[in-house]
Amino acid sequence: MSWPARLHVVTGKGGVGKTTVAAALALALAAGGNRVLLVEVEGRQGLAQLFDLEPLPYAERRLGDIDDDLRLLAVDPEEALLEYLDLFYKMGRAGRVLRKLGAIDFATTIAPGLRDILLTGKVKEATTRTDEAGRRLYHAVVLDAPPTGRIGRFLNVTAEAARLAKLGPIKSQSEGVAALLRSPMTSVHLVTLLEEMPVQETTDALAELTALHIPVGKIIVNAARPPLLSSRVTQAELKRGLAEAGLPTDRRTVTGLQSEAHAHLARQELEQQLRAELAHLKRPTVELPLLSDGVDLPGLQHLAALLRPR
Amino acid sequence: MVGFEVDAVLGDPAIRIVVCCGSGGVGKTTTAAALALRAAEQHGRRTVVLTIDPARRLAQSLGLTELDNTPRQVKDAPLYAMQLDMKRTFDEVVLTHTAPERAKEIFANPFYQAMSSTFAGTQEYMAMEKLGQLRAADEWDLIVVDTPPSRSALDFLDAPARLGRFLDGKMLRLLSGTARAGGRSMFNLVTASFGAFSKAVQKILGAQLLTDLSGFVSALDSMFGGFRERAEHTYRVLQDPQTAFVLVAAPEPDAVREAAYFASRLEEGRMPLAGLVLNRVHTSAVPELDAESSAAAAARLGEEGDTARVLRVHELLMRQVVRETEVAAHFTDRFPLVPVARVPAQPTDVHDIAGLRAIGDAF
Ligand SMILES: Nc1ncnc2c1ncn2[C@@H]1O[C@H](COP(=O)(O)OP(=O)(O)OP(=O)(O)O)[C@@H](O)[C@H]1O
Ligand SMILES: Nc1ncnc2c1ncn2[C@@H]1O[C@H](COP(=O)(O)OP(=O)(O)OP(=O)(O)O)[C@@H](O)[C@H]1O
Ligand SMILES: [Mg+2]
Ligand SMILES: [Mg+2]
Repeated sequence: MSWPARLHVVTGKGGVGKTTVAAALALALAAGGNRVLLVEVEGRQGLAQLFDLEPLPYAERRLGDIDDDLRLLAVDPEEALLEYLDLFYKMGRAGRVLRKLGAIDFATTIAPGLRDILLTGKVKEATTRTDEAGRRLYHAVVLDAPPTGRIGRFLNVTAEAARLAKLGPIKSQSEGVAALLRSPMTSVHLVTLLEEMPVQETTDALAELTALHIPVGKIIVNAARPPLLSSRVTQAELKRGLAEAGLPTDRRTVTGLQSEAHAHLARQELEQQLRAELAHLKRPTVELPLLSDGVDLPGLQHLAALLRPR
Repeated sequence: MVGFEVDAVLGDPAIRIVVCCGSGGVGKTTTAAALALRAAEQHGRRTVVLTIDPARRLAQSLGLTELDNTPRQVKDAPLYAMQLDMKRTFDEVVLTHTAPERAKEIFANPFYQAMSSTFAGTQEYMAMEKLGQLRAADEWDLIVVDTPPSRSALDFLDAPARLGRFLDGKMLRLLSGTARAGGRSMFNLVTASFGAFSKAVQKILGAQLLTDLSGFVSALDSMFGGFRERAEHTYRVLQDPQTAFVLVAAPEPDAVREAAYFASRLEEGRMPLAGLVLNRVHTSAVPELDAESSAAAAARLGEEGDTARVLRVHELLMRQVVRETEVAAHFTDRFPLVPVARVPAQPTDVHDIAGLRAIGDAF
């Protein structure tokens, strides 16, 4: 599997496994000693929960014994703005006043686009950061992004900035971010389940991102189950088989198991149909299995192994 | 565990509002539509369902092809359905509180445009607003409301308070106070802190923005009272016994945890919780054959044959049934008095009237 970009944006319908997949991808990319940053931007401490850590500060944090090369960061728009003001305008004091007044909260409330510019701006800064020798600090940055319903607006920073400011640093800042997001350095991956609504949202998001000239990477089918049945079974066959296995062969058992099998087949057929719909989108597609014990660290590492670059 | 007599709620003429709440993707919209259909068909009540962001195919089946805030009769059913148009509802609120000239200015303001379509909580607030309007018109025996797709069910109840906090916020008061004192002069205010603020904003955002901001803030200021009053009124309607909350959850840990938070919040807010709908529950037709025995039998048959595969399917199903029962018990242990209804998982998605009827029959 190849992961050509440097900034990997992971989106998908709510609850499909964005956070899980982003974490697995970050672990996969860090394998072999590459430094990788895994970022969340929605203020939910999803990464801390996933890795069973204390809430993350606004700082790039090591993952301890789990992985030496992976760093975690929860970006907060308020902190990002203060950092920005201080860095570019040496306005530390004004920043503190702003915060005390609730101005930052206010500004990001009435102009949600501003919040997105701050968040993506920080992601860009980390992605392009270099050391003294001019080498990139991070081999890759993986972003656990907002859901598909908001992803177009979130990534289309210039449009949002244009609504707010015709001139000035916000505008040029957003142009820099937009250039990165539209370059081959970026790849947006769409996570989905084999269910109708997530697949529909994947299709819609692909169209939206394509129209915005933002490069889409892979489609990642999460929590997939292998097909168990290949065709319908007759009651006579079932009855024979059950007898052979030493199980009851009364009518209720036979019809009951048969109806379960048929419901499973119906589901399986629907999933096949959804796979075909996804194949139609002509994007490289990866399937990750449903973890029967839920997502724990070994489970994550198992998913990471399946995503590992080769 | 107490069984949830859904028909008793739907058929009760004193119940005028049913609100379907729950965390993202659990089946709120589907349940709302199924309950409304049942109220209309089985109980003969003049019913409207207010849906929010329905799945495309369900919207088509309900005839919701236009997003225009108008109830329309569903084809082949005595039910009316509508889809919330958030921005239009916001615009309507503005229009009822301001002169047409002023409203036009507000609509053109970029901050208004951003906020009316993206402010976190706008959808929740506008859903309540629309519910308030429908109830006030008193044209319906029963209004069934879906709630917006948010991660947390609580967002629906918190939205009016959040809007209130925003309107009461220090920042808005400061800005609107100076706006009232003379519009454009607002940023000439020479308190030290405000000077710093103004300097920062000018530097980063430019001056045009300040004009827009000032316009927006004074517009909000003129609508203050109206906004708050309406939200509070609808909130009181939600506490009234004419309202029944139906909590929807999938039998998964996150959804059940959310449902428990929500149930406690309803208790605190003295809001009437009618019951919990556990949606997409798996059931087996042969529960006496447990997962282990089924797996063992499949192994005896050598895995490859048709019967062995069917037994594998049954094994997985039984594991799921056990897991779901455990998860659901977390809720019933904490809220033993809240009635529970189970709706089986249909093999495929529910997107037509027949599918909604099947869900209704499951109650
Ligand atoms: N492959 C998998 N196998 C089993 N469970 C999974 C798998 N992927 C995700 N899950 C579970 O599904 C739930 C949702 O996953 P996750 O939180 O990663 O989704 P998300 O898309 O980030 O959600 P949100 O939209 O709320 O941010 C979690 O409980 C997670 O443990
Ligand atoms: N009992 C059921 N069996 C099978 N599928 C179901 C069932 N209930 C709902 N679904 C399907 O689950 C999906 C989500 O349902 P629905 O849109 O009603 O959820 P929701 O809670 O309104 O979601 P959101 O939070 O996104 O608004 C839909 O595709 C729907 O057809
Ligand atoms: Mg997440
Ligand atoms: Mg919905």
